[in-house]
Amino acid sequence: MWEYTDKVKDHFINPRNVGVIENPDGIGEVGSLACGDALKLTFKLDDDKEKVSDAKFQTFGCASAIASSSALTEMLKGLTIEEAGKITNDDIAEYLGGLPKEKMHCSVMGRDALEKAITYYKGEPEKKREGDVVCECFGVTDVEIKRAVTENKLTLLEDVTDYVKAGGGCGNCHDRIQEIIDSVMEIKQVKKKKTKELTTIQKIRLLEDVLEKEIKPVLKKDGGNIELIDLDGTDVLVELRGACANCKTSQVTIKNFIENKIQELVSPELIVKEVGQDENRIC
Amino acid sequence: MKTVYVDNNATTKTAPEVVNEMLPYFSEFYGNPSSMHSFGGEIAAKREDARAKIATLINAEPEEIIFTSCGTESDNTAIVSAIETRPDKKHIITTRVEHPAVRSMCSTLSEKGCRITSVPVDSKGRLDLDYLYDSICDDTAIVSIMWANNETGVIFPIEDIAQNLADRNVLFHTDAVQAVGKVPIDVKKTPVDMLALSGHKLHAPKGIGVLYVKKGTRFSPFLMGGHQEKGRRGGTENVASIIGMGKACELAAEHMQEEAAEVSQLRDRLERELINKIPQSIINGDKKNRLPGTTNISFEYVEGEAILLMINQFGICASSGSACTSGSLEPSHVLRAMGVPYTAAHGSIRFSLCRYNTIEEIDYIIEKVPPVIERLREMSPFWKQGV
Repeated sequence: MWEYTDKVKDHFINPRNVGVIENPDGIGEVGSLACGDALKLTFKLDDDKEKVSDAKFQTFGCASAIASSSALTEMLKGLTIEEAGKITNDDIAEYLGGLPKEKMHCSVMGRDALEKAITYYKGEPEKKREGDVVCECFGVTDVEIKRAVTENKLTLLEDVTDYVKAGGGCGNCHDRIQEIIDSVMEIKQVKKKKTKELTTIQKIRLLEDVLEKEIKPVLKKDGGNIELIDLDGTDVLVELRGACANCKTSQVTIKNFIENKIQELVSPELIVKEVGQDENRIC
Repeated sequence: MKTVYVDNNATTKTAPEVVNEMLPYFSEFYGNPSSMHSFGGEIAAKREDARAKIATLINAEPEEIIFTSCGTESDNTAIVSAIETRPDKKHIITTRVEHPAVRSMCSTLSEKGCRITSVPVDSKGRLDLDYLYDSICDDTAIVSIMWANNETGVIFPIEDIAQNLADRNVLFHTDAVQAVGKVPIDVKKTPVDMLALSGHKLHAPKGIGVLYVKKGTRFSPFLMGGHQEKGRRGGTENVASIIGMGKACELAAEHMQEEAAEVSQLRDRLERELINKIPQSIINGDKKNRLPGTTNISFEYVEGEAILLMINQFGICASSGSACTSGSLEPSHVLRAMGVPYTAAHGSIRFSLCRYNTIEEIDYIIEKVPPVIERLREMSPFWKQGV
């Protein structure tokens, strides 16, 4: 029997906010019958469209899936969209006083549904699933696995299965998952070393490594690419290629994404600039 | 709150008569049956009485009974012994619905170079006998097939299989843990070479098992130690539990027939009423060939763990083949082997009854379960779509 906290039991036996909101501002559906759990989340904003005034859920799943959904709807009420967007799966688990490790995927399901609901509200097209499917049994992609590993500091294959289910079926993808964990750990280790003052050469090598492993694979999904041109003091000069070069709408997102990654993994003072553009129109 | 225990395929209550028989063997007659003094030696005679009672239940000879610590040890011993004593043979045939006690050992042996054939079942959990017989080859060291399935209660035609394999001179082991004491077993009529049973599934305590090994079968011990069990299983005997096992088998032999009739009536009532009251519920397994006390029902569009924890609130103890209850992410291998769709497999509940269950308890379950399913379905995003 699972060791559930009293709060999990309470939210399971007396779930809050079961149902569907009619004409919701946000709606997010994740999971499937085959996977064994699924969640439909709806929320409504107040008249000023500032804060979440109501949230409801429908869940097919075990006790911790129902409790996580119930907790999420409670947490959402009164938050702005921006605040809601910052809720992580850990926050959901924490709200419940913790979840058994094997059940962490229930909190991830909550976070995923919330993300979808916010995307829906913002009127953004539903995000295409990024990456290649690694776990065929549960349809989990490499990008999703990498995200779970990075966000939750996972180090073991079993952890990945507990959080995103990948590897929980036939087991054919275990090697691939291990590779993903290793690649994330490798980057972390490089990052740790970096805290000592890096020479320019070391910085460039590290930049190249991060571009290769973290950034290019994501850009390539949309037919884009990036090259490192130079490192000038704290300015990282890059050139966007392919679809990225002409795609003005996504440039802010791309800049933020690349800069965040580089600041996180190489050095926080670095600023990304696109060559051939004036400084206000950096990539 | 009262407890309504309908999870008897998981474990059973130790019968009060069994406990009574056992009690003197803890602090009063605590001798070691291997000792030379009469205080210990006299215990050996009691142990032999128990052995005879167990042998009687399955119509074996007492010397064909080896005491072990559990059903799993018995299954492990049988398979490993077959491989050890037949070094020229490296093929094992088993089924896709076997208990982990057999499955895990087979997968370990497959890593060590054995070839494993897992015979499939149909949607009712019935074994594909042609597949089984076609799989046999000169390299086959052992066939290991359960007598009755723990999850669905489906009984395999072990009499026919044993005869067929005996005619072909293929070694045959059966995991009869769920069947012994519930259906008649006669190893003189059914020529199995080895058969595993477990105490705690038939109202003896946990921690005692038995392996029947037919006289003349080549055997290699699993636990090496002293000369206990004529060198076939080392380790000082679990005397009190052996005495208890003897008593439990005696009780089973006495009451099996009437119990089977009574328990199956209760089971049928439970099954019929739940199916009537709850739309879109499905019985898993072959109703014609089933253990008297077992029913496995899928309630579509709800998840098993949630059902179990909800009915736990009412003191009802059952189990589920859902992914979440197993700690794995896939629903039960048995239901998957049967091709039960995911919509149903995740919501499967097993009720397993025994002679201690009453009609009042069954009616209590019939009263409590339907509202739980309804409540969970109302929470499920698939329910309205499903209808």
